[in-house]
Amino acid sequence: MKAISFAAGCLFASTALAQENVLTVYAGDYVVSEWGPGPKIEELFEARCGCDLQFQPGDLLPRLLLEGDRTEADVVFGLNTDVTKKARESGLFAPHGVDLSPLTLPIDWTDDTFLPYNYGETAFVYDTTRLPEPPASFDALLDAPDDLKIVIQDPRSSISGLALALWVQSIYGDEAEDAWRKLAPKILTVTKGWSESYGLFTDGEADMVLSYTTSPAYHIIAEDDHTKKALIFPEGNYFMVELAAKVATTDQPELAQEFMEFILTPEFQQMIATGNWSFPAALPHDQWPEGFKELELPSKVLFYSEDEAAALRDEAIEAWRRGLSQ
Amino acid sequence: MLILEALRYTEGDYSLSADLTLAPGRRVAIIGPSGAGKSTLLDLIAGFLAPRAGRLLWQGQGITTTPPDRRPVAMLFQENNLFPHLSLARNLGLALRPGGGRLSTEEAQKVEQALDRVGLGGLSARKPGALSGGQQSRAALARVLLQARPILALDEPFAALGPALKAQMLDLVQEVASELGALVLLVSHDPQDARRFAEETVLVADGVAHAPVETQALFNAPPEALRAYLGQ
Amino acid sequence: MAPRPLAVSAALIAAGLVLALVLGPVAAVLARAGGWGTLGPGDWQALRFTLWQSLLSAAFSVSLAIPVARALARRRFPGRGLLISLLGAPFILPTIVAVLGLIAVFGQNGMVNGALRGLGLSGFSIYGLHGVVLAHVFFNLPLAVRLLLQGWLAIPAERFRLSASLGLSPFAMFRTLELPMLLRIAPGAFAVIFVICLSSFAVALTLGGGPRATTVELAIYQAVRFEFDLGRAALLSVIQLGLALLAGLVALRLGTGGGFGSGLDRIVTRWDGRTGVPRLMDAAWVVLAALFLLTPLGMVVARGLPGLAQLGTGSWEAAWNSLTVALASTLLCLAWALPLSTRWGEWVGLVGIAVSPLVLGTGLFLIVRPFANPLSLALPVTTLVNALVALPFALRILRPEAEAVRADYARLAMALGMSPLAWLRLVLLPRLRRPLGFAAGLTAALSIGDLGVIALFADPERATLPLQVYRLMGSYQMEAAAGAALLLLIFSFGAFWLCDRGGRTHADT
Repeated sequence: MKAISFAAGCLFASTALAQENVLTVYAGDYVVSEWGPGPKIEELFEARCGCDLQFQPGDLLPRLLLEGDRTEADVVFGLNTDVTKKARESGLFAPHGVDLSPLTLPIDWTDDTFLPYNYGETAFVYDTTRLPEPPASFDALLDAPDDLKIVIQDPRSSISGLALALWVQSIYGDEAEDAWRKLAPKILTVTKGWSESYGLFTDGEADMVLSYTTSPAYHIIAEDDHTKKALIFPEGNYFMVELAAKVATTDQPELAQEFMEFILTPEFQQMIATGNWSFPAALPHDQWPEGFKELELPSKVLFYSEDEAAALRDEAIEAWRRGLSQ
Repeated sequence: MLILEALRYTEGDYSLSADLTLAPGRRVAIIGPSGAGKSTLLDLIAGFLAPRAGRLLWQGQGITTTPPDRRPVAMLFQENNLFPHLSLARNLGLALRPGGGRLSTEEAQKVEQALDRVGLGGLSARKPGALSGGQQSRAALARVLLQARPILALDEPFAALGPALKAQMLDLVQEVASELGALVLLVSHDPQDARRFAEETVLVADGVAHAPVETQALFNAPPEALRAYLGQ
Repeated sequence: MAPRPLAVSAALIAAGLVLALVLGPVAAVLARAGGWGTLGPGDWQALRFTLWQSLLSAAFSVSLAIPVARALARRRFPGRGLLISLLGAPFILPTIVAVLGLIAVFGQNGMVNGALRGLGLSGFSIYGLHGVVLAHVFFNLPLAVRLLLQGWLAIPAERFRLSASLGLSPFAMFRTLELPMLLRIAPGAFAVIFVICLSSFAVALTLGGGPRATTVELAIYQAVRFEFDLGRAALLSVIQLGLALLAGLVALRLGTGGGFGSGLDRIVTRWDGRTGVPRLMDAAWVVLAALFLLTPLGMVVARGLPGLAQLGTGSWEAAWNSLTVALASTLLCLAWALPLSTRWGEWVGLVGIAVSPLVLGTGLFLIVRPFANPLSLALPVTTLVNALVALPFALRILRPEAEAVRADYARLAMALGMSPLAWLRLVLLPRLRRPLGFAAGLTAALSIGDLGVIALFADPERATLPLQVYRLMGSYQMEAAAGAALLLLIFSFGAFWLCDRGGRTHADT
């Protein structure tokens, strides 16, 4: 055992020496794919910092919590508001120290630890050629005929699924379970994650899919397809934001700080819209890429703070489970 | 001398005891009703079964716990005496090099000679599947010749052969054994085999392997157990 | 027979490694959690559903495999060999790809519903318990067919000749020849399939249609990734493990009875079922099975073709990584399986698929972390876990024949004093060539298709193909993802076909 740790220690020491000026960023798996924003972020940031940015993909918070203060991460990129409470309580993160005045979010954001880089809202996405007259509101959706088929994600395995549960909770409160019961016959199926649902939708298996207000932008820009639309409900759509944070135990505090500052620069913000198919967190609407400008934006944005969400979460999931189990 | 000293084997309800001595170079038949333990006796001698009690001695040396391949015994089984996917040359070669290594020229020659000796000259490249039943038995006997052990244990290996072929094989065994000066133990359910081949006969019946008796004498005045077996 | 000490110690080492690799991570997770968690009411419901769907899935897979395997065993027709190989393909598809293929056939807008509506009939919904079972049968029927087919081919031709000359009725023949074989093979096949279905997650959820189809694995996922409740995850995975081992134990007790000994490796000629009705029945079973299994595969191919052109270098690199991992996993798995190809070895081997992959991954991460960066170990860990996961299948395939070889030739080898190496090289490996080829093909294919423990060990530079499929889907690249899935299908089927064929050709007597 001692020999192994000694050998591992040597290995570490030598790689650590070679890795001077390396910024290690833990990122969600979708970030680093060749189609995700990772490669572009790496290119842009390395051009300005003269350093080596290395993404390490995978489960963000579970991994970080498992590693504790021995983590190698300098920055974590891709957290959601579902986990910020747990993340904050772990004490593993340092304040970002970035001026938040450039933010253009539809809600107020004053968090000193978690920095938004893009956002969107939950929305049901449909195909105008297959569904010419979609429900105009959440109420109308609940009352829609049962042959309108939708696919959603499981709130226990997917962040968008959890956002949906909170969305229903915020609109219907104590009657959430009833709402789910009304929705149940229209739910074709529930999938583990967003990818499976969206795959079912694009295959024509379902009329609508739980996705984001930003999803149509992909079809407009990448495929010149204007038939995919997101439903904006008068009751409101639920806000979802993606966040970056600086790890307290970083051995590259300056680089990490530079990266955090980089996130709100126009350079990053102009890239992230098409890089991650989301609304930029700090860019005026008139500077958005073309396809994004034509998207309809929610008139009302619903959002629970992390403490509210934590308190409501179990109740919302339970309402979902009971409403759909009958 | 092969001495089975108060040997006792049990498995469940079944038990077999043997207390007898066999002389080198003799041809001994082991006969008895089916299920009496003829094969068990052979397995005890060859080392595939371990006795519950008693000792096994060869030329004064205890071999009770010696593993099969270190015993002075070469054995022919009822079936599966040759590996079907290996040529005769490789099958026989294993008798000289159990590690499976390459044979020296001299050893390869020995293999050819053994095959010649059993009338299979020139067939060393064949696989067992390409041989007749009689030829397969001959090949197995050639392997025993190469093993050159002082005890030759045969567990009804020729049961599937016709009478004429079987007689031929028994003659061949007799020749091979006398060349080796080996003690032959032949398990058979056919009294004819014993009469024709064996100088002495061990009767296995009612859980006991009796001491060997001159074959002719035994059949002339069969004891009760043998009479029942012969249907007399 | 006196046990050969070397073989016993090899078996003990192999079994010890399996147990250490499974129980170690569970213990690590438990230690990190500081104790067991507690189960909620939802967990009990999940447990009931998991058990029930696994039982149904295994029962349908095995019972439907019986007529199909029987028909394949006694009929000769052009393309039979290719069909048998192709039937292996569903088993090796990554779940998400297979589910989308199934939905293209059985879904709302699928071919079947389209045809029904065309006939003026009302369509049906695939979503529900029946959909989960349908998907599991789709995955596992081929495995059951192959295992049973092996059993049928192992019945010596002499037995069929004897029964033909006795003029046994079909029923009498079934009872005297085929039933004993089935009683020997089927419980093991049932157990393996039951255990795979125990840890089903994405399939059960997607086709189950909602929270009623919640499995234990989903609860574990939730506990690990969302609630960070490792104690509950450990408890659930230990329950899952216990159920699997219990199923294995039952199968072991049921699946006894001696083998048939060494029949000569001849093609089985049979004299029964030469009249019209049985012929028609056999043909119907083969055609139905082929349609059921191959149509969704056809859809995967059709969906994937346009996407093939869009694949970037990332996908090709991922394919290369998958292939090297598969090669290493296969060698490791076979080396592992040989000493374990006994009754108890097979039981121990079951734990490899019985433990939750998520708990396994988390535990390995905790164990590896103090010594090295887990990301740099992504491929070795994936290799190891793939071999572990394929082990029960390799054992199921190898064990019956390995036992037959030992029964037939161990005494001869002992009498000759063959060294263990010579036994392995000259007897065991050549005699097991056919099942080894099949096992190697299955392991390679499973390894190419498996996502394994990648979630915590994902390496940006060295993705495997299944990970690439998920990454592409996550970035709206549905068409490219379908292309990558097709690539995955081609590679895993190719690997399977090569090994399986390699084992069958030149496998002379």
